[in-house]
Amino acid sequence: MMHIKSNIALSNTGFVFNPTTGDSYTINQVGQEILGYLGEKKSLEEITSLMTSTYDIDPPSFEKYYFDFISMLRQFELLDEEYEN
Amino acid sequence: MEKKRFERPFIKKLQAGMPSKFGMKSQATPVTHIDNVPVPELLAEYGSPLYVISEKTIRDKYKKASHAFTTRYPKVQFAWSYKTNYLDAVCRVFHQEGSWAEVVSGFEYDKALQNGVKGSQIIFNGPDKNDEDLKKAIENDSLIHIDHFDEMYSIIAISEHSGKRPKVAIRVNMDTGVYPMWDRFGFNYENGDAWDAINRIMINEKLELVGLHTHIGTYMLTSDAYKVAAGKLADLAYGIERKYGVNIKYIDLGGGFASQNTLKGAYYPGSDTVPSLDEYAEAISSAILNSELNPRNLPTLILESGRALIDDAGYLLGTVIANKRLSNGNRATIVDVGINLLFTSFWYEHEVYPAAPVSEHMEETTIYGPLCMNIDVLREAIAFPLLKKGDQFVIKRIGAYNMTQWMQFITLRPNVVLIDTNGKVHIIRKEENMELIRQQEVVPDHLK
Repeated sequence: MMHIKSNIALSNTGFVFNPTTGDSYTINQVGQEILGYLGEKKSLEEITSLMTSTYDIDPPSFEKYYFDFISMLRQFELLDEEYEN
Repeated sequence: MEKKRFERPFIKKLQAGMPSKFGMKSQATPVTHIDNVPVPELLAEYGSPLYVISEKTIRDKYKKASHAFTTRYPKVQFAWSYKTNYLDAVCRVFHQEGSWAEVVSGFEYDKALQNGVKGSQIIFNGPDKNDEDLKKAIENDSLIHIDHFDEMYSIIAISEHSGKRPKVAIRVNMDTGVYPMWDRFGFNYENGDAWDAINRIMINEKLELVGLHTHIGTYMLTSDAYKVAAGKLADLAYGIERKYGVNIKYIDLGGGFASQNTLKGAYYPGSDTVPSLDEYAEAISSAILNSELNPRNLPTLILESGRALIDDAGYLLGTVIANKRLSNGNRATIVDVGINLLFTSFWYEHEVYPAAPVSEHMEETTIYGPLCMNIDVLREAIAFPLLKKGDQFVIKRIGAYNMTQWMQFITLRPNVVLIDTNGKVHIIRKEENMELIRQQEVVPDHLK
């Protein structure tokens, strides 16, 4: 299960702030919504269902872009990841 | 309820730094229509990728160029540079506007004849004219621009049997103050080769010296070089008049005017740095008018501009194949347009626009073509909107050279369409098929 670090601030105008590093990020609408769902600790299945019901995208395509986005969040060290066995 | 348009999720780290006073627009303006024809309709009808040529833009640009020169100099003649784009439909638009033809090979020469250009209105440039080409050009009273002494003696030999006096010009290369100096075409001005060639023609009398030509370079970013070139050709023409009492009928400044594409490595975009047609016209016209030449008997000014007249009229439409990340996390987008179709991507930073509205978010992206070759890169680094698989895009200003220097490599070349001045779309070169390619091949019996 992965979720966003608890101290990350997400504004509703598309800015992300990491108080630990002082880094700021800009994020688009789709990214903002995904980040919000991660903050609510929703699962991939739940996020896929929510996003594909709102946007013109099929689940396999969404999953592809979702994992690419997650890899960017990981590169920016914005994720808290718990690995389940 | 209609679903919202999906844009792939995107996050970008903000970098603090000094803002530039030359800040560029940060949002990509979509190109949704070309001459009022919707881009998605063009791609649906004619396939992707697709070359599109705007007849209206060609005619507008030609009129602008013609106006720039004819308002400054009394006798002006344009000659369409076939090598820049020799699709028949394109050539015929220029010929309808009044352009002669400027060709550099026997193939182009025949194309010009087939396009209905009179032999006497074909300028034959280029270093490779074989005897058959020369015979044909002499027979048709074409203007042969001599590139080297070997060619001059071939023409003299042919003329002895033809009973015609070939109309020739010499190609002159010179130092115009720009680097690199192009000295491979014709005879050098500074070292006396040009005068040597002129003297041999004038003394021989088998040839009629009607003009002086130069091609000083390509994509010239300063109009001053043309001023120097025009001055030197005028000086030669005046010298011929004094020495032999012969008036040179025309001075041909060749081509080389830049389009507004941005050269690789340039700091400022081409639209900010390229001289206008008026600046080129002013430099050339004033140099000839201010020379020693008799203003009552001025030579015609011939211009062989290609790139500056056709680049803006050409568009290359395509579709995103895939997105991926490179080892450093940078975005790469793979599209169905490769360097096989966009040869000019080797020297230009081509402008690539989305074909549909996008958000303000842009990502530093490398755009790769579809070829299985490492060099198939359209843009090394471009701030690019968040296009996803299947999204369409438009590459602007590709009308020059791409439809002549294209390569049939691992795939087939696509349709080329022309949008006429009434907005009607015409295929002017059909997409290739396997049969067309294979019919040129011959399999020996033992391999059948």
